[in-house]
Amino acid sequence: MNVPDDLLYTESHEWIKREGENIRVGITDHAQSELTDVVYVELPKMDRQANAKEAIAVVESVKAASDIYTPVKGTVVEVNKALEADPGLINREPYGQGWIFILKIDNFDDLKQLKDAAAYRKQTG
Amino acid sequence: MSEAAQKRTPLYDEHVRLGAKIVLFAEWLMPVQYTSIVEEHQAVRNNVGIFDISHMGQLIVEGSGAREWLNTMLTNNIDKLDVGTGQYTFLLNERGGVIDDLIVYRIEEQKFLLVVNAARTDEDFAWLQKHIKEGRSPDRPSRGLESSATCKLSNRSANFGGVAIQGPRVAELFHALFGDDVDLPSRNHIVDFPFDGTSVSVARTGYTGEDGVEVFFRASDAVKFWNAALEEGRPLGIKPCGLGARDTLRLEMCYPLNGSDLSPQRNPIEAGLGFFVDLTKSKFIGRDALLQTKESGPQEKLVSFRMKEKGPPPRPHYAVFNNGERIGEVTSGTISPSLNWGVGMAYVSASHAKIGGEIDIEIRERKFPATIEKKPFYKKL
Repeated sequence: MNVPDDLLYTESHEWIKREGENIRVGITDHAQSELTDVVYVELPKMDRQANAKEAIAVVESVKAASDIYTPVKGTVVEVNKALEADPGLINREPYGQGWIFILKIDNFDDLKQLKDAAAYRKQTG
Repeated sequence: MSEAAQKRTPLYDEHVRLGAKIVLFAEWLMPVQYTSIVEEHQAVRNNVGIFDISHMGQLIVEGSGAREWLNTMLTNNIDKLDVGTGQYTFLLNERGGVIDDLIVYRIEEQKFLLVVNAARTDEDFAWLQKHIKEGRSPDRPSRGLESSATCKLSNRSANFGGVAIQGPRVAELFHALFGDDVDLPSRNHIVDFPFDGTSVSVARTGYTGEDGVEVFFRASDAVKFWNAALEEGRPLGIKPCGLGARDTLRLEMCYPLNGSDLSPQRNPIEAGLGFFVDLTKSKFIGRDALLQTKESGPQEKLVSFRMKEKGPPPRPHYAVFNNGERIGEVTSGTISPSLNWGVGMAYVSASHAKIGGEIDIEIRERKFPATIEKKPFYKKL
């Protein structure tokens, strides 16, 4: 499984990329491989404010619906509209075109709670 | 779930070796998919796929009274079966509710094979055994039969393995496995063929809407047959297929799944499957209840629906509405891989169960419009 070194991770299989004042969030290669065949993504609402670990989006595969959680507290400032037309982007490019939303975060110290690549690799073993 | 409740089919190690994702289904550790549900689904629609169905149960009913007694237990009419043919039928409770849906084959003049759902095998067996014992002696069937008639029930599920081979290229694979000088059995027929020093039963049946066969063999021959089919099927584009594709394939055809679309609280008339019930038979368990349903009309009916917009997949237990009024519940639903569109089945109040009817499916507190359609969703061109 591909676990890029320059990203942060959650236990619930989201990846986090820091971009200035914001973070970009998607689901990991491991998560997309477990789900396979993503057929629908319910994107978060723009400007939604959420605490850490709030269910904010839904990724549905043929078999099941899975909640996607906010890694840290913040406000949704961008969502990946391309997923509405092509949800399979999550399977094909989980770390690229398959990103899900961008969060403007309140406190960068919150990111310290997240896992680094080594820790996430250990989790998914 | 305890370890003891996790049963493995004779093909379990092959599934693991092929990298399948394994799930617990009716106490069985089964492959849900090997690579992708959609890929496996398309392999069956376009080429050929092979499924492990060893978890399904095999019950044998035999003896001079077998035919007459079994006809009082099952809804369809066994008298229509010649030796070597099978039919889809129901095992009902006294209220007309579905204990199981199954295929009964007449494999000899006085010997019947029942292929039943994995989750219901023990229950079916116990139900049949209870009724067989209500006869005059343990070896004799229930009331109304000649006193000399015998009828014996046995559960052979542990002795048998099975695979379903389904898809438009099934005939090519059949000949590759059994030779060019033998014929594929006719629809709903079952024929024994020699295979690599053993004998296997091939039935022209399936649960996918494609041409196909179901093959039953001794459990000890399972690995040999599975690997031969995969090997011979390789040039045909064969794929091993899991329960995920089995479910999307059957749902595109609106074939019911027991435990979802059928249950002890639902009868075949409500499910729109009255075709497999012969009410002209004078006696079978559940008949009185079905006659009553038929007379008064069912309160609810199983309908097939298609979403009007591209959106989230409908799923079991989602509520169904009409003009804001709750009228029923989804029992099966998915994004159909062939149509790339949301489809499902639901029980709705009979007054709303009309082809062309407009309904709403509630998904995460939002309502999505759908239309009631004629089954099946998928038709071969």
